[in-house]
Amino acid sequence: MTNNQDVATKQLIVSASPHIYSNISITRIMWSVVIALMPALFGSVYFFGFRTLLVTALSIASAVGFEALFLKLSGRKITILDGSAVITGILLAFNLPPAVPLWIPVIGSAFAVVIVKQLFGGLGYNFVNPALAARAFLMVSWPQLMTSGWLAPKSGYLAGYDAISQATPLSAAKLFKDISLNSWPVIKNLIIGNRGGCIGETSAILLLIGATYLLIRGFISYRIPVAYIGSVVILSLILPTKFSPFFHVFSGGLILGAFFMATDYVTSPINAKGQWIFGIGCGVITMLIRLWGGYPEGVSYSILLMNVATPLIDRYTRPKVFGG
Amino acid sequence: MLKLNAETLPISRFRGGIYPRDNKERTAHKASEKAPIPQKVWLPLIQNTGLPAKIIVSIGDKVKVGTKIAEAQGNISVPVHASISGKVTDISEYNHPILPTRILTCVIESDQKDSWENNIKERDYNAFSNEELVTIIRDAGIVGLGGGAFPTHVKITPSLEKPIDTLIINGCECEPYLTADHRLMLEKSNEIAVGVKIIAKICDVKRIIIAIENNKLDAIEMMKRTIPQNDGYSVIALKTSYPQGAEKQLIKTLLNRLVPAKGLPMDVGTLVHNVATCYAVYEACRFNKPLVERLITLTGSGIKEPKNLWVRLGTPLSDVVNFCNGYTEKPAKIIFGGPMMGITQYNDEMPITKGTSGVIVLTNKEIIIQEEGPCIRCGRCIETCPMSLLPCEINNFVKKRDFAKAKSYNVLDCIECGSCAYGCPAKIKLVHAFKFAKNEIRLL
Repeated sequence: MTNNQDVATKQLIVSASPHIYSNISITRIMWSVVIALMPALFGSVYFFGFRTLLVTALSIASAVGFEALFLKLSGRKITILDGSAVITGILLAFNLPPAVPLWIPVIGSAFAVVIVKQLFGGLGYNFVNPALAARAFLMVSWPQLMTSGWLAPKSGYLAGYDAISQATPLSAAKLFKDISLNSWPVIKNLIIGNRGGCIGETSAILLLIGATYLLIRGFISYRIPVAYIGSVVILSLILPTKFSPFFHVFSGGLILGAFFMATDYVTSPINAKGQWIFGIGCGVITMLIRLWGGYPEGVSYSILLMNVATPLIDRYTRPKVFGG
Repeated sequence: MLKLNAETLPISRFRGGIYPRDNKERTAHKASEKAPIPQKVWLPLIQNTGLPAKIIVSIGDKVKVGTKIAEAQGNISVPVHASISGKVTDISEYNHPILPTRILTCVIESDQKDSWENNIKERDYNAFSNEELVTIIRDAGIVGLGGGAFPTHVKITPSLEKPIDTLIINGCECEPYLTADHRLMLEKSNEIAVGVKIIAKICDVKRIIIAIENNKLDAIEMMKRTIPQNDGYSVIALKTSYPQGAEKQLIKTLLNRLVPAKGLPMDVGTLVHNVATCYAVYEACRFNKPLVERLITLTGSGIKEPKNLWVRLGTPLSDVVNFCNGYTEKPAKIIFGGPMMGITQYNDEMPITKGTSGVIVLTNKEIIIQEEGPCIRCGRCIETCPMSLLPCEINNFVKKRDFAKAKSYNVLDCIECGSCAYGCPAKIKLVHAFKFAKNEIRLL
């Protein structure tokens, strides 16, 4: 009966069910996304040189640093190890031109983490994607710096298409409307990433490797990327554009945006139906901006606009209760 | 290996659900044993969903096994019987393993004789009419033994407005760790088959489906061998997923019928009974034996020798633990029921009741106490919710004490299966919040 006394004198844990849990955690999800972004980061070093690594490292360091500073000053628990600030840092860097001045990622990260994320309540409460909001902020503040500073990739600008130097395929398309951009050698280089563009957006294949990892682990759902890319493909077939669906899918930041930014849990709809709507909305806005907007690329603004629409989408896509 | 052919496959599946590690291997291959008859039993007068029973013995009365000690009050209530022979030593309020308040409990001290009531003997149950059978089942104090503990006689009383066409026998046992139903199907398949036939006769159903998850292939095979696959009977193997054994989800999987929200299985012409209930029905009809013992699984890493045990109702847990050679180390959590829906206990003195399908003792190693993080809106809770609710959104309302809003988001339809909390990366205590909200809404 010693057993009974043991139990009588010690405290048992009393809690509501369930009493077993899966081993998933926010930290695990966030660091898995970081891992999934690594192939594209290494690709950028290969295509543009070590400067991309420097820009990314600065961006991560300042995102984490400003988050720590803010949490410390506001007297809250310092949660920088959860990986979410690291992701914001990487994604912001991925959306910057490779030769951008080095103070730009620092300012951008500070804006993303402090203004967009922490001032609204921290992780889980920001209503737009912090990295994209920071990019938009940088675009309106220093448009010149944000739309130049392109570096020629390893094998010269867009191997197979070298009419101009140092621009992105989409800006070339917008300026020159040259249909030779639809040719297979160009598309091949777009898929590999051997072309001008932001640090992390160029190599579709390396981004897809990371995305596949996240899809297999179940950390992102296929719905938003499929809806987003699918609607871009369909719209590029039916809207008056000179360029093929291949060009539209691989030339800009679509792969990066569709798999890594539009899928951000916090700022995208929570129900399956809403996620389809969100993806299609992103696709439509992206194509409208690309074809008729002032910018050559529309991925980041389309996602930001749909982020803002997310609460509304959530409200109108509530599932019906079982048997209701 | 058992092959699954077309007619043994379910026609649908339920939405959501999770796939936790089942941890059943500790006891799945252990034949059931009889736990020793305890010195003393504590029999709460409410061990069922519905109204408590009314005590009809007094302190000092001598009772035998099977003596009725409390009478049902009202229709949704069942009598309670003495589970050991001896003397009533106390009738007062004690803590209850499931209910939050103290409950009138009858304490019986054993006379070591284990003498049974004389009328508990074999008889021909075929001679009874349906009405007589229902009365026998009610008088035997039988409730749903899967854990819900709803009085069985209420479920099987035929309703004119809502005729039943399909009887489902639930052998899913989808809660991890528990193996009592599994062992029962292996060891008492003939008795279960008779119990099923009796219920089928009372309810006049044409189709009877015995549903078992495919992590119990030997039980599937045994039930198939025992119950011929004709005359409307079929044994169906279901993919193992939690909560496959929940009534509404089981009906959806097997028949693709949706029980209306806030409705009952009978609204879609269906009736679900647990295998252990069928066994109890058999014993009541064949031997006039009331529900005085049940098979439970005592397991978990905190138990030295996990077992499937026939335990007299009212036996304090500590007695059963001693029979399993005690604890491996200081237990951290003692759970009555499964790890997904079970109720934790403050000590190990609580009695085994009719609704106790098992007891799980977990050690500190298995218990991860994590701080709640912020909801990152990942939507896992929504994807796994078998009731199509929005757990994370409801939780936000509960946090703000906005119970009206929580109600409008159907928190009352929550079956508390725990799938949402199981998979939440922020470790938010969702079920805790919903239980709290349901209680508050009921008090409004």
